[in-house]
Amino acid sequence: MAAWTDISGIRQKIADSSAEEVTASYIDIIGKSKINGFTTLWDEAINVARDIDANSHDGPLAGVPIAIKENISTKGISTTCSSKILQGYVPPYDAHVIERLKEAGAVILGKTNMDEFAMGTSTESSYYGPTLNPWDPSRVPGGSSGGSAAVVAAGEAPVSLGSDTGGSVRCPAAFCGTVGLKPTYGCISRYGLISYANSLEQIGPLATNVADIAAIMEVVAGHDPRDSTSINKENTYIDALAEGVEGMRIGVPEEYLSHGIDEKVEKLVWDSIHTFEDLGASYENVSLPHTRYALAAYYIIAMSEASSNLARFDGTRYGFCAEGDNWHLMASKTRAEGFGAEVKRRILLGTYALSAGYQDKYYLKALKVRTLVKQDFERALANVDVLMGPTMPTPAFRIGEKIGDPLSLYMSDVNTVPINLAGVPSISVPCGFADNMPVGLQITGTHFDEKTIMKAAYNFEQNTEHHKKRPPEVA
Amino acid sequence: MITKEEVEHVGWLARIDISDDESYAYAQKLNSVLDYFGQLDEVDTEDVPPTYHVADIVNVFREDKVQDSMPQEEVLANTEHKHDGNFKAPRII
Amino acid sequence: MVYDNPDDVKIGLEVHVQLNKLKTKLFCGCSTDYHNSDPNSHVCPVCLGLPGSLPVINERAVEFAIKIGLALNCSIVEQTQFHRKNYYYPDLPKGFQTTQYDYPIAGNGKIVIEGEDGERVIRITRAHMEEDPGRLQHIGNIERSKGTLINYNRSGMALIEIVSEPDMRSPKEARRYLDKLRSILDYLDVFNGDLEGAMRVDANVSVFNGQRVEVKNISSFKGAERALLYEIMRQKNHIRRGGTITMETRHFDEARGVTLSMRTKEEEHDYRYFPEPDLVPLRVADRVPEVIKTLPELPDAKKERFMKEYNIADMHARALTIEIKVANFYEEVVSKVDPKVAAVWVADILKGELNYRDLTIDAFRVEDIVDVMELVIANSITEQSGVEIIRTVLDHGGKPQDIINKKGLLKVEDNIVAKAVEEAIAQNPEAVADYRAGKEKSLNFIVGKVMQKTKGRADAREARERLIEKLKE
Ligand SMILES: [Mg+2]
Ligand SMILES: [Zn+2]
Repeated sequence: MAAWTDISGIRQKIADSSAEEVTASYIDIIGKSKINGFTTLWDEAINVARDIDANSHDGPLAGVPIAIKENISTKGISTTCSSKILQGYVPPYDAHVIERLKEAGAVILGKTNMDEFAMGTSTESSYYGPTLNPWDPSRVPGGSSGGSAAVVAAGEAPVSLGSDTGGSVRCPAAFCGTVGLKPTYGCISRYGLISYANSLEQIGPLATNVADIAAIMEVVAGHDPRDSTSINKENTYIDALAEGVEGMRIGVPEEYLSHGIDEKVEKLVWDSIHTFEDLGASYENVSLPHTRYALAAYYIIAMSEASSNLARFDGTRYGFCAEGDNWHLMASKTRAEGFGAEVKRRILLGTYALSAGYQDKYYLKALKVRTLVKQDFERALANVDVLMGPTMPTPAFRIGEKIGDPLSLYMSDVNTVPINLAGVPSISVPCGFADNMPVGLQITGTHFDEKTIMKAAYNFEQNTEHHKKRPPEVA
Repeated sequence: MITKEEVEHVGWLARIDISDDESYAYAQKLNSVLDYFGQLDEVDTEDVPPTYHVADIVNVFREDKVQDSMPQEEVLANTEHKHDGNFKAPRII
Repeated sequence: MVYDNPDDVKIGLEVHVQLNKLKTKLFCGCSTDYHNSDPNSHVCPVCLGLPGSLPVINERAVEFAIKIGLALNCSIVEQTQFHRKNYYYPDLPKGFQTTQYDYPIAGNGKIVIEGEDGERVIRITRAHMEEDPGRLQHIGNIERSKGTLINYNRSGMALIEIVSEPDMRSPKEARRYLDKLRSILDYLDVFNGDLEGAMRVDANVSVFNGQRVEVKNISSFKGAERALLYEIMRQKNHIRRGGTITMETRHFDEARGVTLSMRTKEEEHDYRYFPEPDLVPLRVADRVPEVIKTLPELPDAKKERFMKEYNIADMHARALTIEIKVANFYEEVVSKVDPKVAAVWVADILKGELNYRDLTIDAFRVEDIVDVMELVIANSITEQSGVEIIRTVLDHGGKPQDIINKKGLLKVEDNIVAKAVEEAIAQNPEAVADYRAGKEKSLNFIVGKVMQKTKGRADAREARERLIEKLKE
């Protein structure tokens, strides 16, 4: 494990030695990994680091290694969404965020494991096999950006990018004890992010600390004309962190602390809120009354969109291709063999939810419930600055524990998915340990007010020790 | 309740080959999820408009200006099924 | 006369018009200029549907669509959006077509055509924007093909789909509708109809109030007429033999001139339309006033103006205004010569010669037709020579003056003809006597003498008339 785990430490190390040495050291650590967090290492990484040294690159991330989720397109590096159906697919173009990272001097180490097509909460459904939680290899790292969280927790990369459709950055951040941000919908261009549920998802950074999240955000956030849903807003984050939280009003949604929550998790959340009180903030109970319907609405919308987004994987232009007597049979065999069980279930359910006779009952109904969920947030956030609660109701569960039972797996997303329905920003920060497993505090704000939630998270972090703990294997 | 036949029909619409013995298992799993989705019936959405986009923006356009296309080689680089610059697929019917 | 439509034929047309005068495709920056290029050389991640790519709407395509809607007398919708039409086909790289569904950009329009019994209004149901799929080529024929070749150069081209009500009562009316549509679109300068695939037609046909049958894959106007004639005959024969017509989609086989049933499992559709999450809504109402300002004078209005301004016949005005290029050509001509004479020369003579050769008005220069007309008006050449000059220019090129010199087409002076007539009468008393006695044929002999004396440069008809006149004295 490298002694330098954050961006400022890395920059110091580069100044003392070189970007090449830093990258080589990470490649070395990854080589010894036991957690299966990376799917592909980029063989050009060391050359890029060398170029950065040679050109004295002065970008904000010059020489900083970064790991990228398997569903973000990287020119020349295999990008498969951890699915057999995209086997061998090498994008001919870079996602917008990759272009920005490269300009800023970041060194892409490789691609990280995920639930197939981001459909999951455990990174168990990957075609490359599960990623293990660095804190306890018998447990899941969370998902779907499990690889991106696990490699950061294990010190195999200082920072990473994931994507969050219904909690896919925040859940693994919580389970692996890292920080993870889901920005406001439209804050980061999705150009190059392989769609699962395009009206819900955002790319988001993961890191060991909040300052690094801000540093990545300053590079990757901002308007991109190639994404029609990308919004033009200023993107400075670092300066806001140092402001205090005196007078900050915190809302605690009662629905996030009700049934199904682990008692130890609940206690850690209250401890955290009391820490904020000590720092001069105040809290009050608020209600998000449609939370209990958010999960069903979320899954209907996500599956419906997915059924269409994943239609392009038909074996004709890229990826896995099966044999068939005619094109339609070839396509249906390719898809039967190329997709895993959960992906196929979601495509079938989404197809059903959009089909003639059922669209109003499922898809349209879900979009109306989405309106109610969104209004819940607008109402609650009209009176408070941020909402706080547990990111996940429990610590990381065991590998295999929920895989056969889709519904119980879906239930664990209960606190994260409403946020994607509303499109608001949300961050998960480490807030302690339950049964020696990390627990995440979820802080949620209003549209495009990333600054406030990052400031809250930063102040919390500066006044607690949780984020400094490392997994036993790594420490 | 989704029937075995409906599963097969949806499988065809989604171009996912489902064998006869799979369709029963699918029907069971899908039904448990659809059952759960059914709880939305409880919510009164009488006068509630649907939310398609969370951001309330309209009219995002691109100028009619030519940008580079990809070289043919690159277009065809991800498949082995090609012929004279075309993609090659099995016959349609 | 009122057309009574004995078989109760009802034809509705769906016409896909490619907006190939845009510089780029509907959702990406790929050039629309792919017609003479290698396959798959005009594609990018967006129009190839690569994972992660996202569409962005071409602003000018929206302007074009509004313009077309207005020209078809449609109302333009306040706000619209794009939907996904989900179905699987190898020419569709995303597994769905991005199109418009519940709020087409334009609707409730109409155009007027020359019907079986005079002017006929054809109602336009809707006109919506959508993207073109790629192009498939079957190795062998579609039914027993060994494989399919796919070229995505066309993928993502902006289309307007114009859907009519079933208001046409014969293949001829359908053809007239298509001609009129093309005429209007030409005027708007939104597409080049000469490019392959610029206008593609699907037809709905029913007879005797039966179920309608959809005929797809019609790629030319001539093809549309043939396909409809065949399909109407097929339906009538089928009913005559006791069959009933059920709703289905048939494929027009251009080579064989027949329509074939396409009923297969692939044809079962449930398109699962839903709004495209990657695109935001379009508020188009605010743009209409600007677009109205860009609308040109359209064919019907131009025809009326020509009749009034140039005092020409309805038939001529119509012929001159079908094609914008012909109308512009005519207006250049009338700035120099009499409009009525010009109407005859352009609408009847020149267009006739062009049609015969399958040429467009571009094949002829304004100054050349003006030269020809001026010479005819000045009586320096005969009308026949004028036609001959036009034919020569079209077939071999060259300037009228050179052709006149080379062929010696200049009419001889009047007094020379008069002198030749007098000499011929004086020198051939026998023939004159025969003619006067009622032998009409003798006149030909005398005409021949006149032509001999003028070395053929006299107009034979004129010489004949002068002789008759003279011999009456
Ligand atoms: Mg269409
Ligand atoms: Zn393109």
